[in-house]
Amino acid sequence: MKTLLLVLLTSFAAFAGEALTGEVEKQALNMSAIIMFLIFVGATLGITYWAAKRTKTAKDFYTAGGGITGLQNGMAIAGDYMSAASFLGISALVYAKGYDGLIYSIGFLVGWPIILFMVAEQLRNLGKYTFADVASYRLRQTPIRTLAAFGSIVTVILYLIAQMVGAGKLIQLLFGLEYEVAVILVGVLMILYVTFGGMLATTWVQIIKAFLLLSGATFMAVAVMAHYNFNFESLFAKAVELKGTIDIMAPGGLVSDPISAISLGIALMFGTAGLPHILMRFFTVSDAKEARKSVFYATGFIGYFYILTFIIGFGATVMVFQNPEYLDAAKHAINGGYPILGGDNMAAIHLSHAVGGDFFLGFISAVAFATILAVVSGLTLAGASAISHDLYASVLRAGRVDGMMEMKVSKISTVVLGLVSIYLGIAFEGQNIAFMVGLAFAIAASANFPILFLSMFWSKLTTRGALVGGSFGLLTAAVLVVLGPTVWVDVLKNSEAIFPYKYPALFSVGAAFIGIWFFSITDNSESAAKEREAFEAQNIRSQTGIGADGAVEH
Amino acid sequence: MKQEMVDMIKNDPDYIKLVAERSKFAWTLTIVMLIIYFGFVLVIAFDPKLLGTPLSAGSVTTVGIPVGIGVIISAFVLTGIYVRRANSEFDELTARIKAKAKGE
Repeated sequence: MKTLLLVLLTSFAAFAGEALTGEVEKQALNMSAIIMFLIFVGATLGITYWAAKRTKTAKDFYTAGGGITGLQNGMAIAGDYMSAASFLGISALVYAKGYDGLIYSIGFLVGWPIILFMVAEQLRNLGKYTFADVASYRLRQTPIRTLAAFGSIVTVILYLIAQMVGAGKLIQLLFGLEYEVAVILVGVLMILYVTFGGMLATTWVQIIKAFLLLSGATFMAVAVMAHYNFNFESLFAKAVELKGTIDIMAPGGLVSDPISAISLGIALMFGTAGLPHILMRFFTVSDAKEARKSVFYATGFIGYFYILTFIIGFGATVMVFQNPEYLDAAKHAINGGYPILGGDNMAAIHLSHAVGGDFFLGFISAVAFATILAVVSGLTLAGASAISHDLYASVLRAGRVDGMMEMKVSKISTVVLGLVSIYLGIAFEGQNIAFMVGLAFAIAASANFPILFLSMFWSKLTTRGALVGGSFGLLTAAVLVVLGPTVWVDVLKNSEAIFPYKYPALFSVGAAFIGIWFFSITDNSESAAKEREAFEAQNIRSQTGIGADGAVEH
Repeated sequence: MKQEMVDMIKNDPDYIKLVAERSKFAWTLTIVMLIIYFGFVLVIAFDPKLLGTPLSAGSVTTVGIPVGIGVIISAFVLTGIYVRRANSEFDELTARIKAKAKGE
């Protein structure tokens, strides 16, 4: 299982596919890609202008007015979730290791049904703008909102750093731009989308990106399969022949350690259900029915996408691997083997060239860039909402603030977050950021998810329990990641990890649930009794939507 | 929400049925998903060779391919099963509860 972990999370695509961290080399300026990218930017800025005119209230800003349909939201969720790094990283993993890439991608999908069965509808019925609305529904506002906002902001920033660094490298790779230029460009565009167009612009950027990414990937997969008469056996046979080993068709040399396997599974499943930018998407639809339809569509799109990346990875194996056109001759001369230009992360990009020529290469490169923009915009909006809605409006001003002022604070927070992420993106260039997405998922699973989940389903939850247990989960996750192999050994260069597992979720999620349970049931305060009493009314609203503001513009 | 309203709804047989049925259904599907996924992961951890078995004699395609794709499809199918029942049965119950709550 150590090997599984190595395979899953190694050097280039740790927590994978999500943080693009391998070494990259700047490529020559790619004109067709740049032109197509400019078309995308032009179109999305047009949408932002259109959205800005429709974004008048705080509700418009945070939730696009609540009028997004289930299908649109499902597509936007997919656009929010399928990052460029997962497109390139997972296809690179399949290219390099075969079957292990599939195992890896499956982990990122299975959290979705859980979101549907456990949180999507309840979230829509109880919340307004952020998941902290739900977590603090019947608990004391100040402590719970502060904790939830803190959990959100930490998750968002870790995720943003990983995306920004990945973006810088990717754009260097695809467009031949300087790293700093790329990071600043991404940061500025995302600030523009979010500040002016709010959730409406963000949603449409995500929908368009998802459509482009799915279309491009479909074309590549079909082109590959057409070469093999749509016969998987022939495709796999050719791949096995070229790679010279059948090992790519089975889980890589993996052994025991089920603890790590389960812990990773928990982080992915419950982490997905605790990501603030994902949870926020459920407030954009009119009611519980549309919320549940969103997850159904999103699961379909994301699952379909992972099947495509698997085919694309194998396609790259048969069409890019050993192809002299994509061989890095300099590296080949030194180390032998068949290294491809730009490294394994370029497998899907080279494949796009192999099946569709320069034009399609430009298209896929532009799509990869668009993908980054869509993901960072969603993250920034979620982070800004935690600051303006939870910390500013609810905690600092105790709810006594008008919507315009709150929206203004949100826009300022967006700009600040954007600048911070540009700064961090540049500061972390060349750093080992492989652990960051892993840490983001661990914190989402250990702090955000337990509080959210228990606040909706467990009547005996009290403020004290949520606060103590949630903090436990957050700290345990952070400390164990630092003491574990990914930071203690890989980043801090110690020889042996103090905590042996890469994934702390099994322990930190456990700590959170036990902490919340213990400090809730032993809470005999008067306020705790009131909070328990309030569960019934909350549950009625949670189950039926009675009282939820369902104002929609149909 | 007023206390009388809370008392009325919580004793509404439709509400009791909705909560009981939905939570049973949601938990069942959740457990099915957990078993499928963690079953898959544990097979990889304990017996990786199993998934490397050729699908038929002489083929390079292994059992792991349909199993892996099957896990992806199962996630989608499970969400479909939930949505189908929720869109009809659960939404009807909810509509009845809402109508009664409004009528009084």
